[in-house]
Amino acid sequence: METIVADVAIVGAGGAGLRAAIALAEADPKLRIALISKVYPMRSHTCAAEGGAAGVIKPGDSLDMHFDDTVSGGDWLSDQDCVEYFVKEAPGELLQLEHWGCPWNREADGSVAVRSFGGMKKQRTWFAADKSGFHILHTLFQTSLRFPSIVRFDEYYVLDLLLDEGRCRGLTAMEMRSGLIRQFNAGAVIVAGGGAGRMFPFTTNGAIKTGDGMALAYRAGVPLKDMEFVQYHPTGLPNTGSLLTEACRGEGGVLLNRNGRRYLQDYGMGPETEPGKPQLKTMELGPRDRLSQAYWHELQKGNTVSTRWGECVLLDMRHLGERKINERLPLVRELAISYLGVDIVTDPVPVRPVVHYMMGGIATDTRAATPLPGLFAAGECACVSLNGANRLGSNSLVELLVFGKRAAGSAIEYIRDLPAAGTAALTARAQESQARIRELFSRTDGIESMSGLRREMTDTMEKNVGIYRDQAGLQQAVDTLGQLRRRYRKVMLSDRSNVFNTDLFQVLELGCMLDCAEALTVGALARRESRGAHQRLDWAKRDDDHYLRHSMVHYRGSGAPRVDYQDVVITRSPPGLRDYSGGHQ
Amino acid sequence: MNERMVQLEVLRYDPQVDDEPHFQHYEVPCKEEWVVLDALNAIKESIDPTLNYRWSCHMAVCGSCGMMINGEPRLSCHAFLRGFAGVIRVEPLAHFPIERDLVTVADDFIDKLKRVKPYLIPGEPRPIGAGEYLQTPAQLMKYRHFSMCINCMLCYAACPQYALQPLFLGPAAITLAHRYNLDSRDGGREQRQQVIATDEGVWECSFVGACSEVCPKAVDPAAALQQVKVASTLDWFREHLLPGSAT
Repeated sequence: METIVADVAIVGAGGAGLRAAIALAEADPKLRIALISKVYPMRSHTCAAEGGAAGVIKPGDSLDMHFDDTVSGGDWLSDQDCVEYFVKEAPGELLQLEHWGCPWNREADGSVAVRSFGGMKKQRTWFAADKSGFHILHTLFQTSLRFPSIVRFDEYYVLDLLLDEGRCRGLTAMEMRSGLIRQFNAGAVIVAGGGAGRMFPFTTNGAIKTGDGMALAYRAGVPLKDMEFVQYHPTGLPNTGSLLTEACRGEGGVLLNRNGRRYLQDYGMGPETEPGKPQLKTMELGPRDRLSQAYWHELQKGNTVSTRWGECVLLDMRHLGERKINERLPLVRELAISYLGVDIVTDPVPVRPVVHYMMGGIATDTRAATPLPGLFAAGECACVSLNGANRLGSNSLVELLVFGKRAAGSAIEYIRDLPAAGTAALTARAQESQARIRELFSRTDGIESMSGLRREMTDTMEKNVGIYRDQAGLQQAVDTLGQLRRRYRKVMLSDRSNVFNTDLFQVLELGCMLDCAEALTVGALARRESRGAHQRLDWAKRDDDHYLRHSMVHYRGSGAPRVDYQDVVITRSPPGLRDYSGGHQ
Repeated sequence: MNERMVQLEVLRYDPQVDDEPHFQHYEVPCKEEWVVLDALNAIKESIDPTLNYRWSCHMAVCGSCGMMINGEPRLSCHAFLRGFAGVIRVEPLAHFPIERDLVTVADDFIDKLKRVKPYLIPGEPRPIGAGEYLQTPAQLMKYRHFSMCINCMLCYAACPQYALQPLFLGPAAITLAHRYNLDSRDGGREQRQQVIATDEGVWECSFVGACSEVCPKAVDPAAALQQVKVASTLDWFREHLLPGSAT
């Protein structure tokens, strides 16, 4: 097996991975950086983010206000030291991107423009039309090309982390083009592998978002934190699940039920505001968890609109006018026309909540460090406890930057005085990893199909682990996922070629998703309260006495995972009431 | 929702087994509003798990799923079945080596992107603490549509010059260089000219305009290349014909 030696190996080349790589290269040009991704960097799902990135820059705004919005938006499950660090670092990171060429929208005087976003008390969301994630990703990718020390391994699928004497010392990865497995020995590893929305059948997430990074760390003994908090974005296209950005509402779009009523006023987010004149932090600019929950209630009441794509509500942007729509929401218009046949200039567009983002993930602290020495994580795959129980829109793009960079800084510090690794031990670990793949190729008694198992997983998640949950449904899901994990050991490869074998990668991705889904469901079953995006019909209230804590789910091989808890860090904001009444409550 | 049987002829090639690529015929039930990618996914899920292709976002922004569809370079996530009658022929992007099935080898394109220095080379360096570079909406509009390229490589598959001369930098790479040249914050044009105003660069372009016709994001690379040619010609006149110019 060929061995590649690096000072730092990064898994994933989306926003967080690229930001980490650039920070490493800037800090010390002699560092050997291996940037490993199962796709070319510009295919990473950061490209699909639309609305923008939050950072305080305008007069009248303050870091404290961004802090308060984030903490209350997260229903007090955020670690407040983390949020303090984040809001302080955010403006500098967004400026850094500006200096690297990101085409942010501008005011007439040439300064950066900001827009309104859900749950934010002030306008502080920087944006590049409705293609903000795309521009951030391409700016980072293109900037990374300046640095010869960033050595990319595009289209390499990472298989396992290599541990020795309690430290993470590298990884194994398969070159997808050849099927060859390579051993990467690295002083530190940064996982930036993205989310896991593909556990669900209806998601904004691209095909690549299969929880690989989360599963890597989880199997290596790092707990997954707060996995039960899954964000449903309230406005997805009902057929493809494509995202219609929150900026639709930030710019003044309104949500209507079948009676033409702006129903959000019936769920603590009223009174009604004037259409086209959105008021911050109320009605359509409430947080995503509340809006998606309101949809569920409308569905129960029979107030939704029946369409050929199922039950929906209507997102009406007609009053914005063609000019504003073309200037600020061109992608949204194009998506709705091409995939749904609806022009938002002339018609309301049917939408429904869609799985969008994992608040939970690899347990990290504010240094982006996991409990496993040598392993760091950033971006959606990590749970640094910025987003708590519900992420505010436009915080995650900034999270990639702030904690991607922080992971790089922490990794540099860590490897400074690192004792040498036992290379024989690492090679032995790598051979075990290779044997796992060989066994899959040589398996003759497989009886399960990848697509069959995957369908059962996504059906279970949709049916039992959705916007509202209860004991019976969650228990059923835990049981089913346990069975699916057992059956997975009998999955059969259909394709045994060594060259770009997507059947193999789908099988490996399914294994990751099953592990993540089980952790998520076990965490949801154990959390007997309703907080943010985790809503229990049988435990309808927030319970700070018992659950103002992070759930930590530990991997136990083929056995059921174990859950324990870690206290939330409160520095200055005691748990309070989430008020989205526009000051009327 | 209406369903119909759709027939596809898909190019298959596994270098470990096949001497030559060949077509495989599939018939798959599809919903009327589906795109070609949905049909391929239905084949992979229910009929033939050994079929290989790249895709991710299904919303025409990640740039993964470019293919030749009935001979035209298209994003398969944006090629609606309702636009096709009869058998749909699906092949890997033209002008690139086939890695496997519909997956092409993208190394040449990735290398060319890097060569044009597609990053801001500041005209006047500015510390972060000094805040943003001011850039008016009009200055932004000068380059913005050239910054929309998703690197899907359709323009290379459409370009007759790239087919004839693989050393040609090609539409997307030159457009990206031009995007930075037009950015009011940038001062790197001279460095990029050494790469793009060359025989392998913009002078290789015969201005057929096929690149702009197939671009799924209306980036209009043909316009970018034309602008680079005009600007480079002006450079030449300035250097050689104006009084006091260097000889």
